[in-house]
Amino acid sequence: MKEFLKPHRIVMALLALVLVVVCVVYLRWDWLAKPKYQALIVTGLIWTIGLTVSTMIIGMVLAIPIGLAQAAGPWYLAWPARMFCTVIRGTPLLMQLWLLYYGLGSLFPSIPWLKDSALWPILRQAWPYAVVALSLSVAGYEGEVMRGAFNGVPHGQLEAGRAMGMPAFTIFRRIWLPQALQRVLPTIGGETVLQLKATPLVSTITIFEIYRVAGQVRQDTFIIYEPLLLLAVIYMALTGLIVLMFRWFEGRTPTRTA
Amino acid sequence: MICPSAAQLSSLELLGFGDCGWGATLVWGLTNSIMIALGAYALGFVIGVCGAFGKLYGGPVGRDLWAVYTTIVRAVPELVLILILYYAVPGLLNELLIRLGHARVELPQFLTGVVVLAFVQGAYQTEVLRGAILAVPHGQIEAARAMGMPPLLVAWRVIFPLMTANAVPGLGNLWLNATKDTALLAVIGFSELTKATQQASSTTKAFFTFYPAAMGLYLVISLVSILLFSRIEKWARRGQRDVRG
Repeated sequence: MKEFLKPHRIVMALLALVLVVVCVVYLRWDWLAKPKYQALIVTGLIWTIGLTVSTMIIGMVLAIPIGLAQAAGPWYLAWPARMFCTVIRGTPLLMQLWLLYYGLGSLFPSIPWLKDSALWPILRQAWPYAVVALSLSVAGYEGEVMRGAFNGVPHGQLEAGRAMGMPAFTIFRRIWLPQALQRVLPTIGGETVLQLKATPLVSTITIFEIYRVAGQVRQDTFIIYEPLLLLAVIYMALTGLIVLMFRWFEGRTPTRTA
Repeated sequence: MICPSAAQLSSLELLGFGDCGWGATLVWGLTNSIMIALGAYALGFVIGVCGAFGKLYGGPVGRDLWAVYTTIVRAVPELVLILILYYAVPGLLNELLIRLGHARVELPQFLTGVVVLAFVQGAYQTEVLRGAILAVPHGQIEAARAMGMPPLLVAWRVIFPLMTANAVPGLGNLWLNATKDTALLAVIGFSELTKATQQASSTTKAFFTFYPAAMGLYLVISLVSILLFSRIEKWARRGQRDVRG
């Protein structure tokens, strides 16, 4: 603490405090008191956090086979996996999202049996497209990361497993996957922050996450800056939370440092 | 000329440069995207160099200020930053002009887009360049100082040439990010490639013609850039011993 509290830092902290007070006093925050907007903000937060967490999980589950195919698979699996990663990483997420939403959204109604199926009420909403696009994006980026992680597990570990007579899948489950995952844990922390920062894109396909909520407030009240400032603060808080969570996570996994 | 409905045209006709094709729109969008990416990247590089040196040698206050900048920019989504800056920069500028007794100016959209993306790029480039400078062997810098070189000459003759090789991979990734981040400007209505694609496809309903074509263009940019940056890295590493021996 003493390291941190140097004289110039105290002055800067005071200046920041003054800035915050000025923002609170001189800018308009009365809209925050209205229950309508409070409810909107809560649903927006739930959407943002829900999308981040769910697409991270789905994407990682997809990334494991994609990474494995690239690291150890035969060419007819490795090639498509590599193509998939290149396309996802080489094109903007916004474009992938719009292709799925507008493209598939215009294709599906022309398929008669789909319209009669039980899936139709779900497919008419926007969120499945958002979840698919965001998950595929995670799968593409993390697939590449997992390839490196699978390759990075020392060969002797796998050979030892084989020498003990373990079947291939057991080796994968007990040795290869855990060690690869442990390697990528710090990377995944960073990627989760990136994923959080990607979620505002889905507001363009009518999903009411927190970015869209701020837009709604701005539209209703003609207040320009205040909702955006709140938005920035919320995202910074969420980013901080993710960083702290992964630090705790990493602290829990035992590592041996030479 | 009156075009037949889009359903009667083939994909090639839709993508072509004829009267009924959207080729010109897409190419215009692509040029805009590339120009913005180049502008933002170059300006971001200037910010990045200032930031990296500021963070390392800037004195206590400068260091903390740069840290605040990079932390905030990297924690807040690009889209939010773009929106804040998109309204704040022209707003503040106009307020200043009015205070000084001038008339309001309408900032060109292109310039605003470049400045906004450069502000974001600058934060990431600061971190990459800082890491690259830190990887320069300390003895080299100390030797230059011991020879009595002034700080700017040290930077120019010793730090820059030695850090280039370390910075190129990170800067290459950031260039790819810059090209993809231009797509975000579509959200505020700037007519770059993504927006042009959306316009073309929503008019003609030929989503599966235009989106794959535009994605192909982005992919070509990415692949060419990757090739180019690996060339640059090879050039920057000239004279260095190959690790593989």
